[in-house]
Amino acid sequence: MTDDRIPPSLRAEALEELLVERGLVEPAVMDGFVRTYENDVGPLNGARVVARAWTDPEYRAWLLREGTAAIASLGFTGPQGEHMVVLEQTGQVHHVVVCTLCSCYPWPVLGLPPSWYKDPAYRARVVREPRTVLAEMGLDVPAERRIEVWDSSAEVRYLTLPRRPAGTADMTEDELAALVTRDAMVGVAEVGPVGPVAS
Amino acid sequence: MTGRDGRIGSAGTGTAPDISGPAAPPRTNGELVFAEPWEGRAFGMAVTLAESGLISWDGFRDRLVARIAEDPRWPYYASWLAALEDVLVGAGRIGTDDVRARATRLADRPAGHDHGQGHGVRHAP
Repeated sequence: MTDDRIPPSLRAEALEELLVERGLVEPAVMDGFVRTYENDVGPLNGARVVARAWTDPEYRAWLLREGTAAIASLGFTGPQGEHMVVLEQTGQVHHVVVCTLCSCYPWPVLGLPPSWYKDPAYRARVVREPRTVLAEMGLDVPAERRIEVWDSSAEVRYLTLPRRPAGTADMTEDELAALVTRDAMVGVAEVGPVGPVAS
Repeated sequence: MTGRDGRIGSAGTGTAPDISGPAAPPRTNGELVFAEPWEGRAFGMAVTLAESGLISWDGFRDRLVARIAEDPRWPYYASWLAALEDVLVGAGRIGTDDVRARATRLADRPAGHDHGQGHGVRHAP
């Protein structure tokens, strides 16, 4: 059906023309979606969820019990966020998230996935050798922590709740949110310690 | 391989590092959401059609999985676009040859007229 001699940029343009001509896609609506996901929806949303969980034990419990509702209560809803499950990082278990088949990802809290998440190497290898892959990405998970790999699916999207780093007891929720990275919410990084580190 | 709850399994310890092999994951951080404008258009078309109920997201995802599996080294958004065409053809929204025919026509535009002027199509900057 597809023809490799036609570059995808041209195919995309052709398809868009056809859809607009046939009234199936309203250009302004489509521009709005593209702009939203390019500029507005991103990991900062998830960081706010994490910061709230770090500062509010009741919210944390709710988040771990009913991820979708707890996340929606902060205003983060939309496609690919209908069935959220939040996984808590602990001293015993480290969770890491993948979509082995394509690129399912919790858009409302993390935006669109980074290229490495869509890469066949990550999708295949993090299942087979997660500890090695995480080490390559800069995260050394000590042997005493078990690694659990979670496969996103058509039904469920996962967000990992990183451990709150030491040295943050006096920080506000906004300050905490600024520490939380996308990678820490996928489980390929942790949130690093804050302030001077003893040598 | 995957359990009903999505958990694949637990890993043991002590696997040998393979840091620079061909299967090493890319480590790029902070990259653009869309590498090229057409990727954003392909994304936008699928989301717009799904949100308006003209395609089902699950049906699209099934085709995306199949297209990625066909050739995992194909650029991600090329698989995405092919999957979207599959779904639209399957639903009878476009004919099997429509996209190719239109793309061929677009390719034949005179130089300097390759940005869709006059077609009512706007492009991301």
